Amino acid sequence: MDNLVPLPSLGMIPERDLGAIPILDIHHLGIDFGGLHAVDDFNLVIGRTEIAGLIGPNGAGKTTVFNLLTNVYTPTRGVILLDGMDIRGKSTHQLTKLGIARTFQNIRLFKDLSVEDNVKIGLHNAFTYSLFSALFRLPAYWTSERKAHETALELLSIFDMQNLADQPAGSLPYGAQRRLEIVRALATSPKLLLLDEPAAGMNPSETGELMENIRKIRNTFEIAIMLIEHDMNLVMGICEGIAVLNYGKIIAKGTPEQIKSDPVVIEAYLGRGKEASA
Amino acid sequence: MSVYSTILRQIVNGLQAGSIYALVALGYSMVYGIITLLNFAHGDIIMIGAYIAWISMAKFATNPVFAILAAILGCTLLGVFIEKAAYKPLRGAPRISLLITAIGVSFLLENVAQMVFGASAQVIPSFFSIPALSLGSIDISGNAVVTVITSAVSMILLTFLVQKTKMGKAMRAVSEDTDAAQLMGININSTITFTFAIGSALAGIGSVLYCSAYPQATPTMGAMLGLKAFVAAVLGGIGSIPGAMIGGFAIGLAEALVSAVGLSVWKDGVVFAILIIVLLVKPTGFLGKPMQEKV
Amino acid sequence: MSQQYKKIPMPLRYLINALLFAAFLFGGTALIKGGAVSNYYTKVLMLLGINIILTVSLNISTGYLGQLPLGHAGFMAVGAYASAIFMTRVGLDASVAFPIGLLLGGVVAGLFGIMIGIPALRLKGDYLAIITLGFGEIIRVVLLNIDSVLGFKLTYGAASLKSIPKTTTFFNTFLCVGIVCFLIHTMMKSRHGRAILSIRENEIAADACGIHVTYYKVLGFAASAFFAGVAGSLYAGYLGILNPSSFGFMKSIEILVMVVLGGMGSMVGSVLAATVLTAVPEMLRAFSEYRMIVYSLLLIMVMIFKPSGLMGMYDFSLSHILEKIINWKPGRKKSAGKAGEENG
Repeated sequence: MDNLVPLPSLGMIPERDLGAIPILDIHHLGIDFGGLHAVDDFNLVIGRTEIAGLIGPNGAGKTTVFNLLTNVYTPTRGVILLDGMDIRGKSTHQLTKLGIARTFQNIRLFKDLSVEDNVKIGLHNAFTYSLFSALFRLPAYWTSERKAHETALELLSIFDMQNLADQPAGSLPYGAQRRLEIVRALATSPKLLLLDEPAAGMNPSETGELMENIRKIRNTFEIAIMLIEHDMNLVMGICEGIAVLNYGKIIAKGTPEQIKSDPVVIEAYLGRGKEASA
Repeated sequence: MSVYSTILRQIVNGLQAGSIYALVALGYSMVYGIITLLNFAHGDIIMIGAYIAWISMAKFATNPVFAILAAILGCTLLGVFIEKAAYKPLRGAPRISLLITAIGVSFLLENVAQMVFGASAQVIPSFFSIPALSLGSIDISGNAVVTVITSAVSMILLTFLVQKTKMGKAMRAVSEDTDAAQLMGININSTITFTFAIGSALAGIGSVLYCSAYPQATPTMGAMLGLKAFVAAVLGGIGSIPGAMIGGFAIGLAEALVSAVGLSVWKDGVVFAILIIVLLVKPTGFLGKPMQEKV
Repeated sequence: MSQQYKKIPMPLRYLINALLFAAFLFGGTALIKGGAVSNYYTKVLMLLGINIILTVSLNISTGYLGQLPLGHAGFMAVGAYASAIFMTRVGLDASVAFPIGLLLGGVVAGLFGIMIGIPALRLKGDYLAIITLGFGEIIRVVLLNIDSVLGFKLTYGAASLKSIPKTTTFFNTFLCVGIVCFLIHTMMKSRHGRAILSIRENEIAADACGIHVTYYKVLGFAASAFFAGVAGSLYAGYLGILNPSSFGFMKSIEILVMVVLGGMGSMVGSVLAATVLTAVPEMLRAFSEYRMIVYSLLLIMVMIFKPSGLMGMYDFSLSHILEKIINWKPGRKKSAGKAGEENG
């Protein structure tokens, strides 16, 4: 499958992004686990500065999609274009360098390392110097480390966490840990940020703050953000385009207004029993 | 002596050694299946069994049947004791801690034995003298026959135990999903203890069979035997009972083959080479099940 | 907000550490030359230095990388034999051959680390432990029997490789200890070290942060092997004679005990534990039969009661402690200061 032209009808790209190559262009993505189509015929286009949402009942395959985008799983079928480039076969860390960053459903922080170190690991490819420079403390080491330190604190200040820099990441309260994961992902200078249930375990006021912060991040860094969420306030509040997944297939795509009133979506949620918000 | 008879002799040796490896491998597999621990001390239990047999027969001049039963019972009790004293406190601890503890227990057993019995070999009087079997132009040692038959019978009994009895079902359930098994009312502790008991009893039988072939007890005899049986368990698929049997015979025959072509000094190296190849090509072995980490 | 926390500037930190180290090194050598330290204790000190290097090197792959390799003695053996063969066969003066031998031992061991690491590090947990054990044993068996394959005497196998010049001294042993500890420290307090630690903490997340996991795993493993090889070379020059049986699984376990006792992930802990576990048995020579029993019991006890070892993951610096003293005020709140400290 070569020379694909992104079809506007596949996505819900905001007007401001229409002129540029979409950051993510997925065609017929699918993966089978032993005969079961965990994800099937998944098509999606995301604009360069879009905030997109991926929702659906539990087990619909949302995290599987994220795993496919970050090479944790290898797709059985389909094409993934990141910024116009086919990324199938690229390893996870390569994808991060190419501009995809993610957070995890079950927080994956470096618990015994400090908050600052967690962020600095995200900055691993930002301020580089050779092992030789490190071993013998050459000037390149000192310059890069200083810059990394300053940048880490700057990034932490987005969430007002710079005072926590020396704390072990594992000692932070749950909400702060989630925020740290986002900061760490941002440190990798992504073009596309994948957030897996960022509001899980948060109360309404924290969720409200998170919504503002996500918007702030998008506006400051001018990146695209795709999030998986169960909290409908968050999703309807900040997402510009939403895709609804059920049993591995997209059953609806559109703006929050369109999705809210779509009978297919309502049935998918109600038919399975009322979704409990995180 | 014809080539044919040499090869046949080596095959017999291989089957004999293989059945012992299989019995010991079963113990490894069962314990790994139920608490995901590589019980490094397993091989050393065999060593203790051998010393028990030696003490019974050489020091107390008991009759061989008693010595055999004492060895098997001793191994069983030791295995259970180790589980309760060293492994149970660490249930739920990271795997590395358990592994290191198992290594510690193994070392402890070896060094205590060395201190108590001395480092040089103690000769164990033979249990029974079994006449050799004549097959055409070759004589198969009676020991070999008894070994293979005993192993086979033990394995059949074990399979019956695991498949058809309530305790066996409990063992399989705990191996599959410990939490769910507990919720179903299965007593985890006693199931695990029972598993260790059976595994150690099998090791005890293996010990007796080993001593009938190599009637010597040294403090380190268990180490290499245990390691090779362990390779056998990995080869067959750790956690799988039929796998342990297949693996045991495979390793036994491989060693026999290497000796047959005259390279017996490389025997150990070959076994470890097999281990490495298996781990690189198919870590779950012939019959093992793959494991996945949730992202 | 935080009050003014006076930090000791970088150059001064290095100077303090360097001076203390030099004092130890030259002072120690002077004492030995002056006869204040007996021959016996000098030997113990050299063995101590070698054990320290072995322990801090294993600590890289266990404590920092979070793996459990059980074949460390194999790398030591490779380094020892490479160095010994070089020194006994090449007709250079011992004082020139020795440093080359040291480096050679390290490099050869490091190469083995890469060769073994690439396949082995694809496995996790128990499987990695076993496969490294297997490789360690294979190295021992090969060293034992290779002469019959080669057709000429290289390692001398069970007959022992003899007449190795005894060029190891207190000075060069501890010079190596200092250099090795310095290099490990500088590696770990850098982006490369953070990458290695991140793999221990959460491999999947490290991958997602752009860290080339395989590269760093092999790097950590190879570094661990390299330093073990250096220790092996020192050992060869200390003992003067080599036999493959000294480098079996038992030896790997002895080193592992030191790492575990000291605390996996703490270089200071490794040094402390190596000191305790070398010095105490030597001083209790009379009870040497119980040594291995105590070892094993110690291992089991530590794992049951304090699995994080003596020092846990704590890696201190002298400067850090001095800073705490300088800044000490009653009722002051302290920060957790672990790996995130801005140390040199």
